[in-house]
Parts: sequence; C-alpha cells; structure tokens
Amino acid sequence: MARAIYIHWPFCLAKCPYCDFNSHVRESVDIGLWERSLLADMRYEAELAGGEKLHSIFFGGGTPSLMPPALVARLLEEAEQLWGFAPGLEITLEANPSSVEAANFTSLANAGINRLSLGIQSLDDQVLRFLGRLHDAREGLAALDIAQKQFRRVSFDLIYARPGQTADIWEKELAQALSFGTEHLSLYQLTIEPGTRFATDVRQSKFTPLDDDPAADLFTLTREMTAAAGLPAYEISNHAKPGEESRHNLTYWRYQDYCGIGPGAHGRRGNKATQRHRKPENWLSAVERNSHGTQTESDLTAPEQASEALLMGLRLAEGVDLKALSKRFGIAQENLIIASRKILYSELGFVRMEGERLIVTDKGMPVLDALLGELVPAELVVS
Amino acid sequence: MTELSLIRNFSIIAHIDHGKSTLADRLIQVTGGMTERELKEQVLDNMDIERERGITIKAQTVRLDYTASDGKTYELNLMDTPGHVDFAYEVSRSLAACEGALLVVDAAQGVEAQTLANVYQSIEHDHEIVPVINKIDLPAAEPEKVKAEIEEVIGLDASDAVMTSAKSGIGIEEVLEAIVQRIPPPQGDRDKPLKAMLVDSWYDPYLGVVILVRVMDGVMKKGQQIKFMQGGTVHLVDRVGCMRPKIEQLPELGPGEIGFITAQIKEVEQAKVGDTITLAKGGATEALPGYKEVQSVVFCGLFPVDAADFEKLRESIGKLRLNDASFTFEMENSAALGFGFRCGFLGLLHLEIIQERLTREYDLDLITTAPSVVYRLTMTDGSTQELHNPADMPDPVKIDTMEEPWIKATIYTPDEHLGSILKLCQDRRGIQLDLTYVGGRAQVVYELPLNEVVFDFYDRLKSISRGYASFDYEQIGLREGDLVMMNILVNNEPVDALSMVVHRSQADPRGRALCERLKDLIPRHMFKIPIQAAIGAKVIARETISAMRKDVTAKCYGGDISRKKKLLEKQKEGKKRMREYGNVSIPQEAFIAALRMGDE
Repeated sequence: MARAIYIHWPFCLAKCPYCDFNSHVRESVDIGLWERSLLADMRYEAELAGGEKLHSIFFGGGTPSLMPPALVARLLEEAEQLWGFAPGLEITLEANPSSVEAANFTSLANAGINRLSLGIQSLDDQVLRFLGRLHDAREGLAALDIAQKQFRRVSFDLIYARPGQTADIWEKELAQALSFGTEHLSLYQLTIEPGTRFATDVRQSKFTPLDDDPAADLFTLTREMTAAAGLPAYEISNHAKPGEESRHNLTYWRYQDYCGIGPGAHGRRGNKATQRHRKPENWLSAVERNSHGTQTESDLTAPEQASEALLMGLRLAEGVDLKALSKRFGIAQENLIIASRKILYSELGFVRMEGERLIVTDKGMPVLDALLGELVPAELVVS
Repeated sequence: MTELSLIRNFSIIAHIDHGKSTLADRLIQVTGGMTERELKEQVLDNMDIERERGITIKAQTVRLDYTASDGKTYELNLMDTPGHVDFAYEVSRSLAACEGALLVVDAAQGVEAQTLANVYQSIEHDHEIVPVINKIDLPAAEPEKVKAEIEEVIGLDASDAVMTSAKSGIGIEEVLEAIVQRIPPPQGDRDKPLKAMLVDSWYDPYLGVVILVRVMDGVMKKGQQIKFMQGGTVHLVDRVGCMRPKIEQLPELGPGEIGFITAQIKEVEQAKVGDTITLAKGGATEALPGYKEVQSVVFCGLFPVDAADFEKLRESIGKLRLNDASFTFEMENSAALGFGFRCGFLGLLHLEIIQERLTREYDLDLITTAPSVVYRLTMTDGSTQELHNPADMPDPVKIDTMEEPWIKATIYTPDEHLGSILKLCQDRRGIQLDLTYVGGRAQVVYELPLNEVVFDFYDRLKSISRGYASFDYEQIGLREGDLVMMNILVNNEPVDALSMVVHRSQADPRGRALCERLKDLIPRHMFKIPIQAAIGAKVIARETISAMRKDVTAKCYGGDISRKKKLLEKQKEGKKRMREYGNVSIPQEAFIAALRMGDE
C-alpha cells in the first residue's frame, strides 16, 4: 500500500551540465497527450497500490514548474479520487526560479501545491553561469520571495563544494541563505556524474573538482551552521526545522512504499521494484500500448530489500531501528549488520546505538558509503 | 632398429631468439618430417607459454630420416632441450642422451651467457659441437666476428662453422651434412641387458604418461616388464615409438636410439628424469650415472584471490603436477590470505610458468607471496632445520646460526652497462670472482646470495642493460649469513604474507621501500593506518596512510536506490579481492608488490 506518489515531468528548457536526472529538452510538448498518459499511468498504480489515503505527492523532474497549472490540478484531482487525501497531505513541486515560472506560482498554489522546492543552486551570478543555470541571483531571490508569499512551506537547493570554493566563500553564502527564513534547505555537494557535460570537462581538465579533504571540511561547516540556525541535518544533504522535513522524501529514506509514474520514475510496491521507460517518447508509446509506462517490474528478495532499507535509512539522523527491520524482513539482526564491525566503528565514533536504533554520527556521515561497505554483510548485497 | 653407424643423436644449443626453433623447423621440413601444410611454426614448443616466451620447458625429440651425400640414409634424433638454468638438471639428462650438439649463435648478437652455460655442459658430456652461425642475412650480421668470439670465449674451432639463415632456408643441407659427418654415432650393445635412460616424461590425456627414452644397451619392446631402478616400480610396456614429430609406433627401439614408450603409468612422478630403465627380470645391475633427486630451490605461497576458489586451486595444482613432478606443494594457512599452498620450484622462471599456467589454463586469480629460498637453521640445542616459509621462523633466541644458499652467477654484457651491473651485484651482497673482456663485451662472475636474486635481480639486470645482459647461475651451497626476519605491520598487526628473511644490511632500505609501496597500494580507510617494518620489536621504517575524509552520495532519492545498491554491490565485490588484516583491507596488489621491489 503506497501512501506516496511521485510524478515525473521530464522536460527542461536546457540541460544543466551537472545534472544526470532524467531530463529532456523538446521543442514542444503535447499537453493533452501527456495529461491522458499520466492519468492512465496513475490509474494503473492506484489499482495495484491503492487502498490507503495519500500522505504525500511529489512533482519532480525535469522542471515540473513548466507544467501548466491546469494539468497539475487535473492530476491532483484524479489522485484524490483514486486514493483519497489524508489530512495534512504534503504536495511538493520542484520549481526553477525564473521570472516566467514565478509568475505561475499563484496558480500552482491554487491548483493544490502546498510545498515548493526551488532550485536556486547559488546566490552568485558567476557560479550560476558556471552551473549553466538560466536565472541570475537577483531573479532567484525574487522568485523565492514570491514563493514564500504563496506557499506555507518553501525549501530551496544550493550546490556547494564547487571547484575552488573556500570555507569563507561558502560560509557567507550559507549565512545569507539561512537569513531568508525558509524552514527547509537542501544543500548538495557538487558531484561529477558520469555522462554529464561536467564529466567531460573534468576529463579534459577544464576544471578540477574540489578535493575530498576540503569538501569534508565544508560538509562539517554546513552541519554546524544549519544546526546553529535551527535547521539541523536530518539527512546527509537535507536540513529542516524539526517537523518541517520533507515527508515525501522521508518515505524513501524510511523505505516505505511509493508509486512512481511518468518517464523514468522508480517505485517500490510491496516487494517489487518498478521502473518506467526513461525516454519520454518510449514511455508515451508504452502507455498507449499497455495503459501504463512500466518498463521493468522486478521482485526484490528480502536481503535485497533489507540492504536497500539500510543504505537509505542510515542517511537519516534518526538512523535505523534494527529490531524493526529484522522483524520486517525476517532476517536476524546479526545478519543485517556485521556485529564485529558495529563494535569497531562504534569505538571509532562513526556509529552509535540508541536503543534499537543504529545511528551514524556526525563523524560517520561524510564517509557513509565506505561505512555501509564495512557494516553491511556481503550476503545481503551480493547475490 | 637402425644400425648404430647410421644413427646421430644431437641437441641444439642456442640463446633465446637466436633461432633454435626456426632451425629445428627447417630440419624437419627439409627431411620431410612434415608437409608444409602441417608445419605449424615452431613445431617443438607445444605449450602456449613456450611459444610466447620462446623457451622450451619440456624436452622433446623428433626423428628425421636423411639421405646424405654418401648415399646412405641416416636416422637423426633431434633433442630439443629446455633452455633455462632452472631446468639445468633436465638439460644435463637430455645432453647425456646425445653425442653431439649444434651450437647456434646469432650472427648479429654473438655469444650469450646462457649459450655458454649449455655449451660447457655439452663439452662436459664429450659432445662433438658443430658451430652454426645463424641469421647471416641480417644487415647487422658479422659472422667473422662471431667466429672469432666462439674461438676466444668458448675455445672451439669455428673455422668450419656452418653459415645459415634458418628463416630464409639458407645452409640447411650443410647443417644436415655436418651432423652426419662430424657428430659421432652412438655406442651400445644389443646383446647386453636392457639399459635405457629416462630423459623426460609428460602426461598425455589419451596415452597416459609418455616417457622419452634413450636406449643405451639392449632392446626395448612392447610387452616387456620393465623396472625403474631409482623409482623401484615395475611396468608393462604397451607402446614403443618415435616422434616425427607425430607419434609413430615402432616394433622396438635398439641401442643408440631415442624414442618414447608408454607403460600404463598414471603419474609423471613415478617416471623420474634421469632414472635408468631395465628389465624387471634379468636386467642390468648397475644404474646409469648422473641421477639426481629434484630439489626445490625457490618457494612461494599461492592463494586464491577469492577464498571460494581454494578447491579449484587444489584441483588445478594437482592436474599440473600430473605433468610436472618437479614442483612440490603442500597446504598452507595464512592468517592474511586464508587457505592456499606453499609451493617449491626449480627456480624463478619455473615459478612464473606454473603461476601463469594456473592463471591461464585453469582461469584462477592468484595471490603470489614473495618468493623465498630455503634457509638452514642451526638451533642453540644443536639441531638443524630447514626453513621454507618465513612465517614458520622460530623464535630468534633459539637460533644459533642461519645459512642461506649462494649461487655463482655469470653475467655477459656489452661493456657500457658494466658499471651499473657491478653496482647491482655489489648492492646485492655479491662477491666478484672474475671480470674479463672479450671484444666490446664483459663477462663477470659473481658469487651472490640466492635470496637477493629471487627478488627482482633478473628484472633489474634486464632494465639496466636495456635487455642486453645475459645471466646464468649455478648453486654453490650454503653459507652462514647475518639474516633477520623482517615483519610488516599494518595497523599494528603483523601481516604474515609480507614477512621476509633479509640480510641485516638490507633490512633498512628494503623495509623503507616496502612501506612506501604499501602506502600507495592500500586505499585510505576511515581511520589512520600506520605501516611499519620491524625486526623483532624494533621498528625500522614507518609510513602512515591518512584517514579518508569523504565518501558519500550527496543526492539519494527514490530513483537512486537501485544505483546506490549497485555501488554497494561493486564495493562488496571489490572487497572479495582484498584481504582483511587488523581491520584493514589490503588489496592483492600489495602482496605482489613485495615481489617487485626495485632498489630505485
């Protein structure tokens, strides 16, 4: 039973050089066709994972702020009919802070969006150009201002640990970001993903990514500053005033079920992992053919699910309840985490136990991937 | 059988790449041993490794029928001998089966050290040696200079050396005539009890163990009950024949002849090289001279990279051993590497060959520990023991003296590299015995401890001489040395697979070099890792790997679970190729690094 749905809008005005998400640039989009197709894809999921009221809906992309507000309204209307809305339902939409899109914020709010996630990315014009963004700093702040008036809950993204970025520069930028009073911030370290233009640039030595050691210093600085400002990290890159966490994203990290519709969307339904066709045209024709856009639907074994739950859950400040996890997947606790390693890394201060919960400490978070490799037994991961 | 006067048994002595195999191919071709179509290049070197490296590992023979200018048809038995010092004993047995040898020397490169070693062995066997100067059609060929060199260095009369180009087919008839006219026929008595030398043996999946023999006296026939005089076993001969090079069965092998037999033998181990074969009943009473038990000189541990492959390794080693009784193995359990085998080899090349065959033919990923030699320890209580594995080193206070094997090395080099070669030998505790110049070349003779040579002496020699120096050695026995056990500690825990016995004078530089290499090879962990080299409790070198600061996926949402999981899977697969030690994952390259420590 999924209580969260993710809706993917795959279109962007331009591809950002760092982004490896499923985004596409198209001359024109047949809105009518997309509406029919998304609705069909949604109905298919509702049939398989309905029955409980929705707690969160997330419009991601691509650039979902480019969707006509009427389409957003239509999709929400359908979702409500299919699942029903739980009280306090969170409906988030990712938006780019251009003036054109900001002009739509009022209609989006009227359509039902109650949380906006703004891709501000930086407060520095030069950096925004480096990141290939279409807006400048002033435009971004103006959009933020409108968003804060239109939506009760607003979050925005910043990208840091950029080439040559010093602690001084980041400290100033982050202090400014915290001064706007949003109760949620997503602060990502720049990573060079394979297949992106940045990956090519790095290969051709056009720029050098920031080294791990200074990046680790910036990570610590970020956690200290956000905590001091009352927005502590509740996940590796996400910071919120307690209670203002993204409920939808918590669904992923707590490894609960979610439906994913639209091109390239992933879902977890019972013990199944679902994925939609990535390319918009392929997804459309799949929906046309089958009334849904699923490309693969595969069974996950209990160990696979447990390893997924661990690698998602340990990202959270709250950690993972090992007893509950053991019960949920029928796997003994000693087979979830290598006991000797748990002791070793507790002694070294990377993890700690709080009751039944295994929690990664401030020291452990910046090396979480390595830590997972140490803690999670191979039998859980390697088939 | 063939009349003794019409038999010629000969081997070919040559340095690698001087054209031995090509010449052999030509001889086979000209005498009609194989049609052009059948003649795969270099027929005699069967194994891939033999072909790639241009070396012969197993002795082989081929019988050629040649009608000479005197009108008579001769039976020529060409014995292809292993060409490396590691197989010196096998070479000596092959040579003992012949009456003469062709000494093939490259017209451009001249005499090399390996040629020298084999030619001296051949002379010791009273062989008639026919110098053949090959590759005379090369632009750089200087046959007259090479002739002079043969006379000066070896002391052979080279005035009637045969000039050939095996590649172009020049001078092949002349070689055949020289064999018939200059190499003496074998001797033997048909009426005496059977006495044959076991030259070599190998395992054939269809025939079982095939034995290469040289009949000295008497006759060998199918149906005979034969006895191995050293091995003591009795077998029934079920096939007698020769190689042309294809197998041809014959009614019998008479005195002076070389050929093969099969006798329902399951393991090559039973057929010891150099053994004397006689009849089970009424056989000879006296064995042929020269038999030696094979002894391993170099040891190393072989471990599967993936511990799950241990059974496969056991099986593969067993199979290889079917065909090569000269290496030994016993199970070993290393704290760092898990279960594996301690193997003994005739030398470094032999070690590499076995390792390569396991990797290649049996598709195994192996970790090879640093090679070590056999030390003899005299304990304070007067008892002695042999140390094959540094990990088994007893408490030093209980050791009175330690002895290590020494070799006499002959190095032959263009003189511009002499300086750096002398330095290399000096650095490796060498003692110079002799230094002579011949033309633009120098021949140096050094006594060297074998444990200094098993490291990377040969690689270093090749690199400082740009490949021009050649090297040969013989063992000269044990000598006492100031030897110490050097331990490598990673994160304060000794890693048994990296410990080694070194001379006290070498401990510091080697310890430093190894720590530096390990620092580069062991990935950063979440904590600081000290790497130390120590003798007993005394640390002689130290490096530190700083802690990893960042390794985290910044963005991870619903769609990324599968990707992140793949990352974790890869990480876990990667760990299988590492060994856990004191909470540190050490990649297999680190173990191999101990092998390849240059003194750069």
